[in-house]
Amino acid sequence: MSAFNAIGEEREIDRDEYTPGVEPQPTWCPGCGDFGVLKSLKQALPEVGKTPEEVLTVTGIGCSGKLNSYLDTYGFHTIHGRSLPVARAAKLANPELEVIAAGGDGDGYGIGGNHFIHTARENHDITYIVFNNEIFGLTKGQTSPTSPKGHKSKTQPSGSAKTPLRPLSTSLNAGASYIARTAAVNPNQAKEIIKEAIEHDGFAHVDFLTQCPTWNKDARQYVPYIDVQESDDYDFDVHDRAEAAEMMRETEDVLNEGTVLTGRYYVEDDRPSYSQEKHAVGEMPDQPLAERYFDDDAEWERSYDLLDRHK
Amino acid sequence: MSDELIWRIAGGSGDGIDSTSQNFAKALMRSGLDVFTHRHYPSRIRGGHTYVEIRAADREVQSRGDGYNCLLSLGDSFARNPQEEAYYGNEEIKPLSENLDELREGGVIVYDEGLISEEDVEAVNLHERAEENDWHVFPVDLRGLAKEHGREVMRNTAGVGVTAALLDMELEHIEDLMSDAMGGDILESNLEILHEAYEMTQEEYDFEHDLRVPEGSHETEQALLSGSNAIAYGAIDAGCRFIAGYPMTPWTDVFTILSQNFPDMGGVSEQVEDEIAAAALAVGASHAGVKAMSGSSGGGFALMSEPLGLAEMTETPLVLVESMRAGPSTGMPTKPEQADLEHVLYTSQGDSQRVVFAPGNIEEAYEQTRLAFEIAWDYQIPAIVIYDQKLSGENTNVDVEFFDREPQPDLGSTLTEEELREAAHDNSGKFKRFNHEDAENGVAPRSIPGQKGGRYLATGNEHSPVGHISEDPDNRVAQMERRLEKLESIRAELDEERDSTQTYFGPEDAEYGIITWGSSQGAVAEAIERLNAQGHSVKGISVSDMMPFAEKEVTEFLESVDEAMVVEMNATAQFRGLIQKELGRFGDKMTSLLKFNGNPFEPAEIVEGYEVNLADEDRQPTAQVRIEPAAGD
Ligand SMILES: Cc1ncc(C[n+]2csc(CCOP(=O)(O)OP(=O)(O)O)c2C)c(N)n1
Ligand code: SF4
Repeated sequence: MSAFNAIGEEREIDRDEYTPGVEPQPTWCPGCGDFGVLKSLKQALPEVGKTPEEVLTVTGIGCSGKLNSYLDTYGFHTIHGRSLPVARAAKLANPELEVIAAGGDGDGYGIGGNHFIHTARENHDITYIVFNNEIFGLTKGQTSPTSPKGHKSKTQPSGSAKTPLRPLSTSLNAGASYIARTAAVNPNQAKEIIKEAIEHDGFAHVDFLTQCPTWNKDARQYVPYIDVQESDDYDFDVHDRAEAAEMMRETEDVLNEGTVLTGRYYVEDDRPSYSQEKHAVGEMPDQPLAERYFDDDAEWERSYDLLDRHK
Repeated sequence: MSDELIWRIAGGSGDGIDSTSQNFAKALMRSGLDVFTHRHYPSRIRGGHTYVEIRAADREVQSRGDGYNCLLSLGDSFARNPQEEAYYGNEEIKPLSENLDELREGGVIVYDEGLISEEDVEAVNLHERAEENDWHVFPVDLRGLAKEHGREVMRNTAGVGVTAALLDMELEHIEDLMSDAMGGDILESNLEILHEAYEMTQEEYDFEHDLRVPEGSHETEQALLSGSNAIAYGAIDAGCRFIAGYPMTPWTDVFTILSQNFPDMGGVSEQVEDEIAAAALAVGASHAGVKAMSGSSGGGFALMSEPLGLAEMTETPLVLVESMRAGPSTGMPTKPEQADLEHVLYTSQGDSQRVVFAPGNIEEAYEQTRLAFEIAWDYQIPAIVIYDQKLSGENTNVDVEFFDREPQPDLGSTLTEEELREAAHDNSGKFKRFNHEDAENGVAPRSIPGQKGGRYLATGNEHSPVGHISEDPDNRVAQMERRLEKLESIRAELDEERDSTQTYFGPEDAEYGIITWGSSQGAVAEAIERLNAQGHSVKGISVSDMMPFAEKEVTEFLESVDEAMVVEMNATAQFRGLIQKELGRFGDKMTSLLKFNGNPFEPAEIVEGYEVNLADEDRQPTAQVRIEPAAGD
């Protein structure tokens, strides 16, 4: 039996359980895309059978980072850019927890870019949702790593000279095993993608387009999107790395010019997750590490057993 | 007969200096002596001059001592091109030239005649200097001997055989250790070389020198251990089973030891992309219910400032170790210094608090690492163990029974699910994890994700009892005060409920005091012994509690002496500054003795510093050591 009774509990789960019963009300601006992420998570989690107490949502800092203030699971609102290392370790400590990390494009692709690449590379079994509004929201509208070239903001008044980062391609190159893009303006697709991402065994990266009506009125997220899986114009195999890469390239080339494509871009089902790899080389225990602390029968090694080589 | 042996093996990195000296030290320990090792090495992988010194005596040895009395000088591999077996460049023969200055009168020199030619020897005036200092010089073709029976690299074994014979030391323990470490042909050849060297020396040389291996005995079984071993084993016994890190000398030792041991005991070790991630991982694992640690050296620790503050604000237990080396910036990677004290005490924004212990020897390193975990998990506060390259790398023998402690996997102030059922929740059923109403000692017990009834939000923002972000002034004050209360409670616990973590030396009623911290402890202890033997009246305190500061004990100590000297390895008197800041007085009583050239204090330097200070002379003790006068001087 698990020392954590909430884990693996099977029962009907009501959507409302995920909403804090008492304050706080979301402080996001009216029309903010972040509401869309919150909503799709609240829909997806009961459908994949996760109770609020077996889920740990780890967020960074930004408007996006407030997600778990309004989503009543176990939560850790960390610091700017650092949600992934915290989330990774929580998963390693207790693989039975459902760990979902989230943050903004500044948070995840900028200050946390290094962690993003390495978490994808290692293929940790966590879900990572990036609220991509192509702007810094919380600090009032500065250019972000995904803002289009030429984007004017108070800190880049003449227009950004930088080519935007390509989140999907970066993720693929780094080694993520599930990569999708969805948008707050399409709740049905978003819910399905989030469900898949949670159920995927490995690093599932969801680039979630979230409009920021306050600071980024020009962003393309408002235009109608095309679902790559539904459209006959985009026929490719999501399991094929090269085809996925090509599709991502096209999407990322045109994103800022009027066409927004969403959907699954890459799914690798047979790649072992990081903890499986680590287990295979003998560096992960069979039982969740965290449980041992609640297990009265656990045998704890003593240092004097290690002293022989020092005698 | 000499009362102590200080044996130095010198050569190039890659010459097997480390393994040879480790075995030699263990052999001396097994023969009943107390040992202390000191390692000098440059920051490079191959080549460069390096030595290890082993001090052995039939009494406690707490420092490397002053100088040494037996040199085994191998050829310097740095000076030779391994492919062509020829000298290249115009490197000096450093194993001789770099080591002669510290060799004591009457000392013994064995050098490899097969690699160090007569011209090289002339170049350093060895013969003249030997005459002046009554050194006994034994040129032996160690290289030839090794080649004859095995391979050239085995010349260190030949050297051990020669010095063992000269010192009248039995080979039994060395043989045992060799058999444990190797087998087959390699062992065979090494044993052959060892014996050949030993017998040849006995036959061919007259032993006119006085130096012999002292006789000693131990009442209990001993283990030879470094500070890094002690910290790693302290963590294991404290129940730590998760470590995340990024390599940086000298912290890498602790990281490596735990990474190598954890797989066997079901622990998890992670080498990650940088130090921010490393500390953040430790926070994540701790949050999820595992005793976790991370650590680094100065530059890496600087990156941990953020996750450190996060741990404090979210009240996530965390242990970090900071292994100091000479700074600023990348500084001197392989040289010790005690200059990160202020960095460790005050890094991270806000009124941020942590617990800081500075162990001064191997036992303290073990003990205080355990203590750091206990305090961190009981009080949900980050605890830091600060030590340095010297303590990290020096080996001393410790009574095996000392480590015979129960493992401590207890998660401190963490609730079980039954307890959670009784705990306070808000109207929506959320656990009041940061409840300040009935927090004892400032501590609000926590839950672990996955526990039933424990749901809450941890956040680095100021937050309400259930963890919601809050800027409400009343809540802010209440939460802040509760968090601040922890340090006072910890201080009370350390003062009242536990044995002192401070260490005292010398007679209680002495008039003059020496105050030190961390790894300078051993040299200070020995200096105090010498000063009292010379008729002075000196006592010492080595302080470990940096935060909360050992206010009571240091006050009592300073009140009891007329004058005090603060000994530390940095240029800005950081520890003296801390004492003055914490106690708000004694500025006119304390002089500083500072050393920051990359080498640790030797007892004689402290003795001299004391003499100069006492004589109130207007001079500095040596070129390498500074006196900073007391305020008003
Ligand atoms: C180390 C650090 N640097 C800067 C900040 C200030 N900061 C807070 S949120 C943010 C940017 C947020 O942008 P993004 O991640 O895109 O999220 P959004 O607010 O748009 O959801 C910045 C720079 C901070 N909190 N910490
Ligand atoms: S600033 Fe933009 S991202 Fe932030 S809440 Fe408002 S609309 Fe949303």
